[in-house]
Amino acid sequence: MAESSVELRDVSKRHGDTLAVDRVSLVIRRGEFFAILGPSGSGKTTILRMLAGFESPDAGDILIDGRSVRGVPPNRRSVNLVFQTYALFPHLTVAGNIAFGLEMRRVPAAEIAARVAEALDMVRLQGKQDRLPAQLSGGEQQRVALARALVNRPAVLLLDEPLGALDQQLRMDMQVELKTIQERVGLTFICVTHHQEEALTMSDRVAVMRQGRLLQVGSPRDIYEAPQSAFVANFIGRSNSLTGRIETVNGLRCTLRAADLPAAALVAATCPAGAGIGSPATLMLRPERLHLSADVQVDGYDNMLPARVCKAIYNGSETQYLLALSDRLSWQVLVPNVGNGQKRFQPGESVFLRWRADDAVVMPE
Amino acid sequence: MSASVANLLFLYAPIVVLMVFSFNASRLSAGWQGLTLQWYRLLLEDEALRLAVQNSLVVAVVSTVVATGLGVCAAVGLERHPFRGREVVEGALLLPLVIPEIMMGVSLMLLFLLVNLPLGLITVTIGHAAFNVPIVLVIVRARLRKLDPSLEEAARDLGATSWQAFRGVTLPLLMPAVAGSVLLAFTISLDDFIVTFFTAGPGSTTLPLYVYSMVKSGVTPAINALSAILVLVSMALIGASLALQRR
Repeated sequence: MAESSVELRDVSKRHGDTLAVDRVSLVIRRGEFFAILGPSGSGKTTILRMLAGFESPDAGDILIDGRSVRGVPPNRRSVNLVFQTYALFPHLTVAGNIAFGLEMRRVPAAEIAARVAEALDMVRLQGKQDRLPAQLSGGEQQRVALARALVNRPAVLLLDEPLGALDQQLRMDMQVELKTIQERVGLTFICVTHHQEEALTMSDRVAVMRQGRLLQVGSPRDIYEAPQSAFVANFIGRSNSLTGRIETVNGLRCTLRAADLPAAALVAATCPAGAGIGSPATLMLRPERLHLSADVQVDGYDNMLPARVCKAIYNGSETQYLLALSDRLSWQVLVPNVGNGQKRFQPGESVFLRWRADDAVVMPE
Repeated sequence: MSASVANLLFLYAPIVVLMVFSFNASRLSAGWQGLTLQWYRLLLEDEALRLAVQNSLVVAVVSTVVATGLGVCAAVGLERHPFRGREVVEGALLLPLVIPEIMMGVSLMLLFLLVNLPLGLITVTIGHAAFNVPIVLVIVRARLRKLDPSLEEAARDLGATSWQAFRGVTLPLLMPAVAGSVLLAFTISLDDFIVTFFTAGPGSTTLPLYVYSMVKSGVTPAINALSAILVLVSMALIGASLALQRR
């Protein structure tokens, strides 16, 4: 058995005038929960449809379990897709929907009954097997769609925006449930989503796409903490940015001089590979990595900048501060609300921002 | 309100009068001379009428089956498999709905004469199938348009061949529209006069043609009785067709 479950080799696909997928190469490991994340039009759904067999690549090759699937129709691929709209068959009961794939494969009736019962159990829909899809709630329909695909024991399960149609609370519950089911069945799950929280919580690895190109592949932590481009940094979570030139390099450290900050301000950061003195660079900094204080304190932080509070937004678990660092530069800071006489800043107040050099990511332009 | 009452009167008063007079004991339609069922009894004994009814039913059944098969195929082809020149094909298929029926009747007759097909039940059936295809096409296609195309993809994804996906998912979901168009096509075939008139030959007299030949020798209450039956059967079939399409 091949180590990789799915492999894309230099795959391109054109839709009319636009290059929907542009030379994407990707290896997805067996048993992995893999998310493809990107805004609409990034080509993620096209990749999913090519894996399912509804579209075929214009160039490159797709391998499933080590074998090329070129020319293999959807019904002969050991891949099942959970559709964004669920696409449940409205004229069949829940059990009829789940049994559909097994019936097409001419599985004996006794085995079908057993496997349908097992699938109903897995998605916690026992007792609802005789309902029609129209009689189910959105969350239940979602679980039927999942059971209908899983019951076939595919080599790869594809999910197209699986939680897109659910409300916020249900979405969070289903994230955990999907992950639990995936770990239990041990199948490769490939999930396409534009929802970054979904991708981060459920997946082992995430691929970020934009305009048909693969920008970065890595663990949720890599993607969030070490984004390799400004797009990734801004698309996944919120981010503050600062553009400037590298002023000094000292081993792994460098200093950055920013056009939007007063001339005296130098920012210390980790030196990016291949950057030299004078090269332009962008610094990205997560809002929760910044610390606020009312007066000058140095204790262990590498950087400190003065700022003015423009807005304080109370979010329940945290307070979001919008700060002006200069006329042209504003940043946001997230401070967890821990209580215990925590200092709260008011708009107009002067504050000091502090952070460690390795909390920021510097990207050469 | 009063406008719609006037409308209903305008449409249905002649039919109601006809039905009432089918129970009139008088031989002449002019005056009322008491209730009778003798005209209905007369119909039962009429051998030529029995043959006409049989011809009508054979033509209606066969032409409806043919038109439904072709119409469903055309609807699926036009809606799900885009091809170059689709609009032209679609326009050509829907043409029988707008050209005058008499033109269709004359041209069908000329065609049959040209290819040396003797006029009879076969030519009548072909003619009826021809004007029923676009009716089935329009009704089935409207339903198909409302179906989520990913249903068919889901079936394919779950291991169904194109045919199995159509048979197991698309067709059952189209059934109300198919059944509705079957009833409508059947009714239109049963009632058709003009195309039948031009394409019928000796021995292929259908019910409307028979009524017409009876009228030529004077309007008797027996014709009223026959027409009353035809109207009621047609209305029942169309009502059933509409009910099915609404499902």
